[in-house]
Amino acid sequence: QHGRVKIKSTAQQEEEKRKEREKKLKVYVAARDACFSKRKEGIMDDEALQLTQQLLSSNPDFATLWNYRREILMHMETVKDEDQVQKIYETELSFLESCLKVNPKSYGSWHQRGWVSARLPRPDWARELSLCDRCLSLDDRNFHCWDYRRMVVKMSGVPVDQELGFTDRLIGSNFSNYSSWHYRSTLLPLLHPESPEPPSPSREPPRSSPPPSPPTQSHRVCEEQLLKEYELVQNAFFTDPNDQSAWFYYRWLLGRAEREEMISCVYVSREVERVAVACSRPVNAQSVGLLLVLDGQPQRVEWRSVHPQLKHSPVWICDLPPGTISDVVNEHNLTVHWTEKHTHRDCALYTGRSESWCRDSATDQELFRSELSVEKTSVLQSELQSCNQLQELEPLNKWCLLTIILLMRALDPLGYEKETLAHFRTLKEVDSMRSAYYSDLCSRFMIENTILKMEYAEVRVFSISDKNLTTLCHLDQLLLVTHINVSCNQLQQLPPHFAMLQCLEVLEADNNSIEDLEGLHHLPKLEEVLLKNNKISTLADLQPLASCPKLKRLDLRGNPVAGTANLEVELAQLLPSVMHLLL
Amino acid sequence: MAAEDLPSEFDVVILGTGLAESVVAAAFSRVGQRVLHVDRRSYYAGDWASFTFNGLLSWIQEQHVSTSLLEEGEELICLSNSDSGSIRNVQVFCFTRWITDCFVTQASQTQGEEPEADRSQSEPAKKKINYAQLVKEGRRFNIDLVSKLMYSRGSLVDLLIKSNVSRYAEFKNITRILTYRHGNVEQVPCSRADVFASRQLSVVEKRKLMRFLTSCMEETEEQRAYKGRPYLEFLSDQQLGDNLQHFLLHSIAMVTEDTPTEEGLASTRHFLHCLGRYGNTPFLFPVYGLGEIPQCFCRMCAVFGGIYCLRHSVSCLLVDKESNRCKAVIDSRGQRISCSHFVVEECYVPANQKKVATPSRFVSRAVLITDSSVLHSDSEQQVSLVTVPPIAAGCPAVRMVELCPSTMTCMPGTYLVHLTCQSVGSAYEDLSPVVTRMFRTPESHDRENCPSVLWCLYFNMADGSGVEVEGHDLPSNVYVFSGPDGGLSHERAVRQAESIFNKVLPDEDFCPPAPNPEDIIYDGDTAASTGGEDEKQEKEGAGGEEKNEEGEAGEEEKKEEGRAGEEEQKEGAGEEIHEKEGAGDLAE
Repeated sequence: QHGRVKIKSTAQQEEEKRKEREKKLKVYVAARDACFSKRKEGIMDDEALQLTQQLLSSNPDFATLWNYRREILMHMETVKDEDQVQKIYETELSFLESCLKVNPKSYGSWHQRGWVSARLPRPDWARELSLCDRCLSLDDRNFHCWDYRRMVVKMSGVPVDQELGFTDRLIGSNFSNYSSWHYRSTLLPLLHPESPEPPSPSREPPRSSPPPSPPTQSHRVCEEQLLKEYELVQNAFFTDPNDQSAWFYYRWLLGRAEREEMISCVYVSREVERVAVACSRPVNAQSVGLLLVLDGQPQRVEWRSVHPQLKHSPVWICDLPPGTISDVVNEHNLTVHWTEKHTHRDCALYTGRSESWCRDSATDQELFRSELSVEKTSVLQSELQSCNQLQELEPLNKWCLLTIILLMRALDPLGYEKETLAHFRTLKEVDSMRSAYYSDLCSRFMIENTILKMEYAEVRVFSISDKNLTTLCHLDQLLLVTHINVSCNQLQQLPPHFAMLQCLEVLEADNNSIEDLEGLHHLPKLEEVLLKNNKISTLADLQPLASCPKLKRLDLRGNPVAGTANLEVELAQLLPSVMHLLL
Repeated sequence: MAAEDLPSEFDVVILGTGLAESVVAAAFSRVGQRVLHVDRRSYYAGDWASFTFNGLLSWIQEQHVSTSLLEEGEELICLSNSDSGSIRNVQVFCFTRWITDCFVTQASQTQGEEPEADRSQSEPAKKKINYAQLVKEGRRFNIDLVSKLMYSRGSLVDLLIKSNVSRYAEFKNITRILTYRHGNVEQVPCSRADVFASRQLSVVEKRKLMRFLTSCMEETEEQRAYKGRPYLEFLSDQQLGDNLQHFLLHSIAMVTEDTPTEEGLASTRHFLHCLGRYGNTPFLFPVYGLGEIPQCFCRMCAVFGGIYCLRHSVSCLLVDKESNRCKAVIDSRGQRISCSHFVVEECYVPANQKKVATPSRFVSRAVLITDSSVLHSDSEQQVSLVTVPPIAAGCPAVRMVELCPSTMTCMPGTYLVHLTCQSVGSAYEDLSPVVTRMFRTPESHDRENCPSVLWCLYFNMADGSGVEVEGHDLPSNVYVFSGPDGGLSHERAVRQAESIFNKVLPDEDFCPPAPNPEDIIYDGDTAASTGGEDEKQEKEGAGGEEKNEEGEAGEEEKKEEGRAGEEEQKEGAGEEIHEKEGAGDLAE
């Protein structure tokens, strides 16, 4: 039996391990206590560096110790010459490298490395970059490393085109890493900015020039480069259409149109002596400096949101002092200034007119195409073709379907309405977990289409019945609407935004599932509300109607509330103006 | 240890140090069996060995010598002399001089009447390696007799991990799969990243390929309908274009046009299953060559007390007539060594006791040393598997592995190319047509864009898969292992080792994880050793029992080189085998 191998039993091994651990713990605690007492005494010597190093190499996220180390290093900077400091910091960097090998995602180690790199008298950025590359090749989603790398790139001024090449490499090895795609989206506008004049195809994109950084850097990319990016990203989503990174990047490529900020509508009513203003985006009227000038005189008015819940809103109203514009024989000129954006809109209220408005119509603005950009139609058309090709191969891929819908909307929202609806139906089936999201999105598109149709017809009637609407949106676009029909949908509420319909006289909302009328808030002209077959269950739910002074007709048939005892009496009290009540 | 000192009693005596024998030796030793492992040759691993360039030259000489012996001596019955049946048709060519000449003439042609002095200036740019350099740098070569790759989810990798033997070696990924199509070498997009990056495929083809690769992982009704029909038919019915069919059939499934669908699908699945575990291809290759693997298992065997003797053989078996069991063996020094089991490589079995006298099938092999890669890329350090479909009807499909210097199998500035196919004729007949098409040789001197062949070797080796390991006229406790087969994987050898181990010791675990060195307790005089000394002990275990001084020294030196190499490789892709899930898994 000479030389026969025996193996320690599990119990023996456990015991040894336990002893080992105990020993380690003892050493660790002793070193920690020594560090703390040294720091208390303000000792900044090499021994302290060594002790903290010992501790941090086994536990790199001990922030106090890193702080102590930094104190020591900063102290050393003051007493040593540059070469010595360089040497000390280089030792620190190699120590940090060993820490990162133990835990490549340690906040403490990466932070310390950033700190050291910034203080190093003669930094070696190339080495830092290659360290990052090594870390990212081991784990391309290590965001600590991404962060540190961004710092290194910034400090060392790595040319943008080199960085783009870096993203090429990372995307090539794993195109599911959204970090790389995202980084690309920040580099492209710097390297290939959209030229102010129409780009000519022969123009060479500027290479490796330092990024021009005017204060309002465009986020758009020149067309030539965009076409290359479309090709790259198509390779990704054709290879794996279920990977979302490529699709998100694709959507970024397709759409970054920035809408012009402006006052899109000014409405004035002589009768209620009120001005309503719609902005292109939700604002807070008090803070952005909305200013009303009436016949050359700036007015001290109090801007109100249409509903107390809406602190930020596209629509704001103000009441004029009584008598200012009430006389129909007078003509008035109003101007509303959005001082912050140096923009304004005029509106004239002519003699004999009870109301007036001035606006940019949705059709002129191509408002709803801004989701995807105002890219050339031909480009979008060919992208749509590629997606359709993929959809033929992968008819049930949700990313592809959704992108097709977006492209169709950008190209011709009304023309593609039928296809869009069919794709939405498929989407809800294949991705049932998100069917509510698709319903809301579809509702939005249907509303946009209806707004466009309404404006083509130049009417103030908005009718969108029986379209499976689950939500209402773009209500700021309906500021002038007098008659709305949303019956036979799946609406559950009339949200606060509904109060933006400041001109509304008739609301048809039969056959929905409405439980909540919050949006019917101080609508000055509302006369008729039809809510047959909804889910209004208590008298309290009808409370908002009391704020509408002109309400005359109310249909509540087929609502749970209709069964309430003494309803008529209570309603007469709550809504004294209502003449025709259907229960 | 001198031969006289060999203990006279063992549980298992193993003759031959090929992969299967080494694995089973490690397995026996690991569970406490006393193992004597001998090999007649002066080197480890038998037909599985790797040689330095000079080592290979001596091996070539040996083959000539023993082949002639075999012809003269007719049927040799002595165990120790009858091994050479496995190698035939050895042919060697050296083109280094021709290539140098070629370039010199070219240089002088292009320069017309320029004075000769200019030539020497232009030469360093295209410096050619001559034969003397090959010999001088011969130690940098590790040329495998067998050309195989390790499937990253194959049984060998699993065994290396399970048994902890993997700690004795280092591995590299095969970095790309290439194929020869329409006279060009093309990269086969097989992983997700490859498909994405491929410039040859249209986006629609990318989608079709990816979809096929994903969908074929699961068995479907449609696939079952093709049972028994050719895989190619199945592929073409999947609306895949010619190029995709080529990739899938020849490079991914690596089957022939008439392989039945179920078999084609099974090997496609195996390929895909192995993707992404360690890299973008399904394969690993051991740094320093395949010959390392049997040696690693031998080392494991030695750590657990197995005794090794090279240049030592077994000449006779002593068989108990009553029980028909082998009781003992007589070694080549005439010592009687009793044993309970005897394991032997097939080539040692005397012909008159074999069921089939000679190997029925052969593998054709060629080894080339070339000056550049068959497909240039950004990186010079590519390890490539190249599939070459039959170049004409009746020709075999050829598998080619191109190794770069960072695999530590060839000197800088060269590539080592292994070609393998099932023999139809001699190795030269089978493989030289492929070589002349894909490389620049005197016969194909006009292929100026192809890599030049500096040196090449052709030989045939018996195909272990054509060899019977059962049914020989041998005692019941004598077990026969076939030599290497011509396939790409190591499945067969590992399975053989495991099945024989289970036959002998049905209740024992096959290669359980080896403990850490510090958990090993040595009896007697070495009892108080610490971790650091254990390492030394292990090495002595593997090398110390050898009688062959020269061989031992060589072994030591190689290991030293190995360590130096490891340092260099820390930066590179030196890959250690351990459980790690890759990001590029197709199935995900």
